[in-house]
Amino acid sequence: MSVLQEISSNVRNIKQMEYFVLFRRTNQIKEELRQGVRKSYREVIDVSWGDPHRAGVKPLSFVRQVLAACLYPQLMDGDKLMVDVKQRAQRLLETCAGGSVGSYSDTAGIPQIIQSVSEYILRRDGGVPCHPENIYITPGSQWALTNILKVLVNSEASPRTGVLIPVPCHSTTIVSLTALGAVAVPYYLSEERGWALEVEMLQQALDSAKGVCNPVALYIINPGNPADYVQSRKCIQEVIHFAAEKKLFLLADEVYQDCVYGKESEFVSYKRALAEIGAPLSDTVELASFHTASKGLMGECGLRAGYVELVNLDPAVMKYIDNLFSNSCPVLGQVALDVMVNPPQPGDPSYPLYLKETQHIRASLAENVRRVEEVINSFPSFSCQSLEGGAFAFPRVFLPPKAIEKAKEAGLQPDTFYCMRLLEEAGLLFSPGTEYGQMEGTYHIRFCIMTPTDTMEEILKRLSTFHKQFMREFA
Amino acid sequence: MSATRVQLISPRTLRLLSPGRSALFLPGGGGPHRGGGVPGFRSLIFPSLSSSFSSPGRALSSLSTTRRGLPKTKMSDNGTMSRGKVLTIDNMNPTVKKVEYAVRGPIVQRAVELEKELSEGRKKPFAEVIKANIGDAQAMAQIVFLKYKNKDAKSRACRILNSCGGNSMGAYSASQGIGSVRQDVARYIERRDGGVPCKPDNIYLTTGASDGIVTMLKLLVCGEGATRTGVMISIPQYPLYSAALAELSAVQINYYLNEEKCWSLDIGELQRALDEARLHCNPRALCIINPGNPTGQVQSRECIEDVIRFAAKERLFLMADEVYQDNVYAEGCQFHSFKKVLFEMGPEYSETVELASFHSTSKCYMGECGFRGGYMEIINMDDDVKDQLTKLLSVRLCSPVPGQALMDLVVNPPQPGEPSYERFIKERTSTLSALAEKARLTEQVLNTVEGIRCNPVQGAMYSFPRITIPEKAIQEAKKLGQQPDMFYCMKMLEETGICLVPGSGFGQREGTYHFRMTILPPTDKLKILLNNVKEFHQRFTQQYS
Repeated sequence: MSVLQEISSNVRNIKQMEYFVLFRRTNQIKEELRQGVRKSYREVIDVSWGDPHRAGVKPLSFVRQVLAACLYPQLMDGDKLMVDVKQRAQRLLETCAGGSVGSYSDTAGIPQIIQSVSEYILRRDGGVPCHPENIYITPGSQWALTNILKVLVNSEASPRTGVLIPVPCHSTTIVSLTALGAVAVPYYLSEERGWALEVEMLQQALDSAKGVCNPVALYIINPGNPADYVQSRKCIQEVIHFAAEKKLFLLADEVYQDCVYGKESEFVSYKRALAEIGAPLSDTVELASFHTASKGLMGECGLRAGYVELVNLDPAVMKYIDNLFSNSCPVLGQVALDVMVNPPQPGDPSYPLYLKETQHIRASLAENVRRVEEVINSFPSFSCQSLEGGAFAFPRVFLPPKAIEKAKEAGLQPDTFYCMRLLEEAGLLFSPGTEYGQMEGTYHIRFCIMTPTDTMEEILKRLSTFHKQFMREFA
Repeated sequence: MSATRVQLISPRTLRLLSPGRSALFLPGGGGPHRGGGVPGFRSLIFPSLSSSFSSPGRALSSLSTTRRGLPKTKMSDNGTMSRGKVLTIDNMNPTVKKVEYAVRGPIVQRAVELEKELSEGRKKPFAEVIKANIGDAQAMAQIVFLKYKNKDAKSRACRILNSCGGNSMGAYSASQGIGSVRQDVARYIERRDGGVPCKPDNIYLTTGASDGIVTMLKLLVCGEGATRTGVMISIPQYPLYSAALAELSAVQINYYLNEEKCWSLDIGELQRALDEARLHCNPRALCIINPGNPTGQVQSRECIEDVIRFAAKERLFLMADEVYQDNVYAEGCQFHSFKKVLFEMGPEYSETVELASFHSTSKCYMGECGFRGGYMEIINMDDDVKDQLTKLLSVRLCSPVPGQALMDLVVNPPQPGEPSYERFIKERTSTLSALAEKARLTEQVLNTVEGIRCNPVQGAMYSFPRITIPEKAIQEAKKLGQQPDMFYCMKMLEETGICLVPGSGFGQREGTYHFRMTILPPTDKLKILLNNVKEFHQRFTQQYS
């Protein structure tokens, strides 16, 4: 019998992701394909992650050139690299101990890069002041979120700490909460109204928590994941008022802020909206905002770089928060972050190529959005809210009762069952709505739309063929 | 939040998470309820709760003005309101308050302040701050990472990229790490351990070794009161352990290394610590750092066997922190991995003792700390526990891909015959022998100082000498509310610009004092540093005699 027979109940309580069963089968299928087993497709298209590079989008040249120069400064000898690449690399190497990206950095992040980030935030928010000492750079935004949750979640308290989270919500946050022993208190987004966040739903969530847990924080994802909404300024302000009134700490996960494509949509940061509301709320509402180098046009998920900005926190608490951020962020990730917040500008030698590449990605995304809405909405058994922002489409699929039965027999959630069949028969790896939470009796599928346009065409073609067959089979 | 919730709900009355269902399903279909009143939800499904703990007081916090990173004296408004903050020092997670990390703590913050003052032109008794507090080889410009730029480099790069999503290091990898890298790590371990088999599936790529260590601890720590998990750790230890245990509210079980015998590990002492701990907690794990940090001792093979037998007998999970395995200098010392020794002890042990071994790209001869690369090898863990481990790791998605790629290089150095081999061997040999020389020099110089006693540095990157602090200085320190060796180190910093970490940050026997110094600075700088330390110590002793 293992010493580890008894492990932390917080860990045991983490629900095994639906994803794993799909992931395992995907690896088997890839192996089968390698061994020449015949299928109706030659390769599996994996769009289950919010990972543009995995889906085939190319890295931006400027970013990679700066990274390469930082890694191996000898590359800067001669003329292979543009002047602005060299200047950037040199500037960044000077900020590294020993002039090397291999050194540990300061715990909060390289100060000059934090400075760049704070200037970016200032510009983004139209001049709302931003203090570098409130910014921490971390290996990805989830790491930062986990650290802030650690401070909020009192694992020795009774009743337990609760955190309001949206339904649907991306799964990593749910896992984080469970691992910390917090209670996830769901509030429902209104699918029929484009996944709108309505304050009554927040109130209902609070009511449901009465006597069960002690809610201290409200977690928002804007733009959404998996649902593809962008919150309006009005909505954000209502949420802030609610949080202020109910004394909730605001956690604003804004990692998709650079992925906005809805025609009427505009990203407004929670920090900016808070500032626009003015005193006294702007001086008192406590807020943590999260961003990352993993999403947006750069899509450098593997480098692991994100940051959190803290607003209006008690200075006494900040001291302890400082202690938590003692594991330094990979330096290469920080370099990528610097480029993200300070891209090439008109007039810079690298600008034309940068512009071309980013325009191409944006145009591809716009085209994908158009095609996805067109194709998905042509099926009565699919319904898709208009895609406004984020990296995914999250259509609802109306599964026939026979399919639901079959799923039960197989011991799978109906949408997981659908995704398994989609994988087997069409070589498409999507993720099931079950993973993220949804209204009981509804089913959804999520897939990444940040792909090259021809990949998206292939995806939609395979999906359409499969879907027709599936619906016929279970009619 | 104002009112404390008095009503306690027994966790048993809550519906438990049923397997395969989202935590967020609400019973009763149809649209959400509108217009207030009792909602249509029968009950929310929450993860099962363990028994209730006592509720913390909700006193209003007093205000203190501390800017981040600077330990100023607090100003408090007694009993006035907390300005309505949701998150205060009274309601924040109390375990976070216990987290300290000496290596980056107040002395480093002061060092940074001094650097700033110097750069602003302020006069100091020294021209630069020497940060000998952290084991960062790159920062010391000591070790040059050979970034090969020829055929074998290209082929390695291609192989790694082919294993990445979209052939890009910018894609997430699987949370366990890139498969081909794990295979290479497994082969490396087999070579290192003279053929003892290693399964790639037992390898997890982590964000530095720290990520793996903390994750394993999260897995292990449970229970409460007398059954709360206890974790054995050496004193002195690397403060990641004490910080992680504090944060997890685990019980830290200290076992003392024997300073008189070159910091060796004594089974009798392990037994003593364990027996005492059993009275108030549930000891489940034993952590060993070999080669040691801060002490630098390299465990003998016999000692490792004894520890394994002890762990087997007492049913403890072994955590072997072996990040310094490539840094062994002393004559007669050799690194033996716990894994190898375990397997050589035969099936009675090799099939039963549970072990996690940790390594990192931050140390060894490459010392690329900024990449945050590391791995752990897990032996004899139940499959269902492994699933739990995977769940936990998935929260941070994956470890940095460049770090994983770097790990691939660490475990796959150029082989004889390859174009880069000559250059690589030359660099590695010179780096390691330089370190050995500096280790000897450090021991030699410090032992000439009355009141400093330095054990031989057998491995790792530090020396941890014992210092005698005069009684007057101890009193002065007490008045300032400082540990005596912190007081000593602060003084040293102010007077010489040398930043060391006081022994109190690592743990030491009561009444003894130490400091930890890295041996990484270039030899000429190191000589100056050692001399300055010597002179400071003599002055200090004089001043407080």
